[in-house]
Amino acid sequence: MNKSIVIDGKNIPFEDGQTIMQAATAAGVYIPHLCHNPKFTPHGSCKLCTVKVNGRNCSACTFPAAEGQTITNITQELNDDREKITQMLFVEGNHFCPSCEKTGNCNLQAVAYHLGMTDNHFPHFFENREVDASHPDVMIDHNRCIFCTLCVRASQQEDGKNVFSISGRGIEKRLVVNSESGLLKDSDLDVNDCAAHICPTGAILIKRTGYKVPIGQRIYDHSHIDTITLAAEGASHDE
Amino acid sequence: MQQFIRQLAQENDFQSTRLLKILRAVQARYFHIPKAAIEQLALILSIPRTQIQNVIEFYSFFHLEPRGKYDILISSSITDLMVGQEELINYFSEKLGVKIGEVRADGVVSLNNTSCTGMCDQSLAGLVNGYALTNLTKSRIDEIVENVNKQLPLEQWSSDLFTVADNIIKPDLLLNQKPTQGEAINATFARGLKETLDEVEKSGLRGRGGAGYTTAWKWKFCSEDEGICDIEAQRQKQRYIICNADEGEPGTFKDRVLLNSYADSVFEGMTVAAAIIGATQGFIYLRGEYLHLYEKLEAILAVRRNANLLGKNILQHGFDFDIEICLGAGAYICGEESALIESLEGKAGIPRNRPPYPVTSGYLGKPTSVNNVETFLAAANIAIHGGDWFANLGTAKSKGTKVLSISGDCAKAGIYEYPFGTTIQTVLDDCGATDVLGVQVGGPSGTFISNDEFERKLAFEDLATGGSFIVFNNSRSILDVVHNFSHFFAHESCGFCTPCRVGTSLLKKQVDKIVEGHGSAGDIVALEELCQLIKNYSHCGLGQTAANPVLTTLERYPELYQNMLKKISYEPGFDLDKSLETARRMAHRDDAAAHLAQVE
Repeated sequence: MNKSIVIDGKNIPFEDGQTIMQAATAAGVYIPHLCHNPKFTPHGSCKLCTVKVNGRNCSACTFPAAEGQTITNITQELNDDREKITQMLFVEGNHFCPSCEKTGNCNLQAVAYHLGMTDNHFPHFFENREVDASHPDVMIDHNRCIFCTLCVRASQQEDGKNVFSISGRGIEKRLVVNSESGLLKDSDLDVNDCAAHICPTGAILIKRTGYKVPIGQRIYDHSHIDTITLAAEGASHDE
Repeated sequence: MQQFIRQLAQENDFQSTRLLKILRAVQARYFHIPKAAIEQLALILSIPRTQIQNVIEFYSFFHLEPRGKYDILISSSITDLMVGQEELINYFSEKLGVKIGEVRADGVVSLNNTSCTGMCDQSLAGLVNGYALTNLTKSRIDEIVENVNKQLPLEQWSSDLFTVADNIIKPDLLLNQKPTQGEAINATFARGLKETLDEVEKSGLRGRGGAGYTTAWKWKFCSEDEGICDIEAQRQKQRYIICNADEGEPGTFKDRVLLNSYADSVFEGMTVAAAIIGATQGFIYLRGEYLHLYEKLEAILAVRRNANLLGKNILQHGFDFDIEICLGAGAYICGEESALIESLEGKAGIPRNRPPYPVTSGYLGKPTSVNNVETFLAAANIAIHGGDWFANLGTAKSKGTKVLSISGDCAKAGIYEYPFGTTIQTVLDDCGATDVLGVQVGGPSGTFISNDEFERKLAFEDLATGGSFIVFNNSRSILDVVHNFSHFFAHESCGFCTPCRVGTSLLKKQVDKIVEGHGSAGDIVALEELCQLIKNYSHCGLGQTAANPVLTTLERYPELYQNMLKKISYEPGFDLDKSLETARRMAHRDDAAAHLAQVE
């Protein structure tokens, strides 16, 4: 490995074909993200991982690393804007952390804390979104979906199924289920599917497990998302 | 229905890439896409039902619930609003007895607004079952209402209702050419493919859609890994040429005219490009709003096939190429080249991540060159006359001429062609615009310039434009324009990325808040901050330019925005009294005590 890029003044080695995100994660540099998971094809939609590559904004999860790139990642400007993008996700859906069983295990919440978000800033949409509790073991709370497509990709790429999809245009976007009735119970989703466990928010939940781990002992209760993510995704890169 | 769907799929070789074409036929026959049709199509096309559902929900012209037998859409472009769109659509709604957005109880007719239909030189414009209606006035609306109520088939409606005039007012270099069929192809092969590409490069031709990428470079990159201009070498690898005729930028209608009156040259330009990059298949992605051109274009293609200008061994030059027309279904975003390619593949038009660019991985993952209608027209003529002929006009960085679609407050709306470098004032003088407040150059995604800036020039280095040129006189309100454009972008955002999906809707709300007089101190700062966020972080050109209407007017007329603000430090962002309406209705009360005075 002799090629390298520079992120926030630090030399980061990369191999041909790696994205900026992959190179950064492998080197222990955290770039905030929500729709990215190293197991699946990058999507590039949440835009939290936007970094400045030679002065130009690029999504780190999709943009290939290349010799000569000088990248800024953790700057006041980028983190302020990442916070606002996170706030956009909060006002678009209906996220009530204190009453959500995902609290403490939620990437959206953890990223928000990481970025120092203390309010929603933008006016709420208060969209009327539904809950699909038809499946015996898994439920969808559409109020919390951020359209990251991780469940879509996990179902296709890991489970070899096609349970989820995102439908609609613009602000009308919504998660849909591939079954004739449109209900989760009529799809071929199994509780052990990767897609049932991949949701970064509390939109897809496994029933009857919500409070098995008490609040105070959850993933992000004592560590920041950067540490946890690097430990998890750095390891996954090495596989 | 089962048999109809089966046959339809068969006619389309069971190809899921033809999904839009199939769905257009289903929609035309059943006035919506029935659930059973989705199930059947998913099965026989071997695609998940969710892909079909997504396509239906993504494109404005597809519906899961039945529309009327006559589905009437009225264009809500700013130029339509300028001729009284609101009053006329209300008149229409009243006469038809159907609310806007709804279907009449008898199922015969439905009425709604739609984004600009590319008829800004003959507003008020609309569509009935996809076919363009122009110059709508109260008397023409009366005529339509009568036709609908009599349930007269469209073929029996007066053809006058569907007349689409070209309105070519000022032709120049390109629009004065009427080459004979095959002239550009023969000239290309006579000179040599490589030599012709050199001429295109020498001409300095840049993409006419607005982005301005050098055409010759795009073609070079498209065949970089193999010997360019070597048909034999290139035949090994499939490549595609696509003509982007999805001109959705409000205020643009030049491609409509070019395809109506210069289609042969456009097809010839595509054929020349195909020979150069080694493509054997071409597509025209025609916006759904131009359905009226479809049959005419098919007929021209048929003539060209008969004359061996398309097909196998074209004009004995040992080169095969054909063109297929694909219709869109109401989505502005499909003008973005990678979204257009997704749409051609039978999917929702969501812009791809880049790299890879379409020139290396485009349609079905193959190298693809997507060029504008006008670019192909120019290329065909450059192939005949050479690069210098074109490059002699224009500026150092913007060679040749640009075809403009001029509309709004001027005496003669229509098509004008100018050498790059022409001043805005010259254009305004020619089209008979007086008492001008400002001009929207390049459509909503472009720039609003004030009457202090009319010495600025049409050029990539000054005012770049895909061709939209909307004139506003002093009777117009800039905030009304911004209001219309903000709603347009929120409606057309594909929703893929957070900053554009959420941001354009927030922007619409924030503009509404200020325009409707509920803004207070701090709201302008919030507005500008939101604009920067959308502009800097959005995935594609739509989002990156969606805030331009606000940003370019806020820069020029800050006082207009300031004057709308209430003088108190906090003002509710909505009308308090109005939001109690539901409560009043439920309580059967309308007395004074049930109303709330907004604190002034």
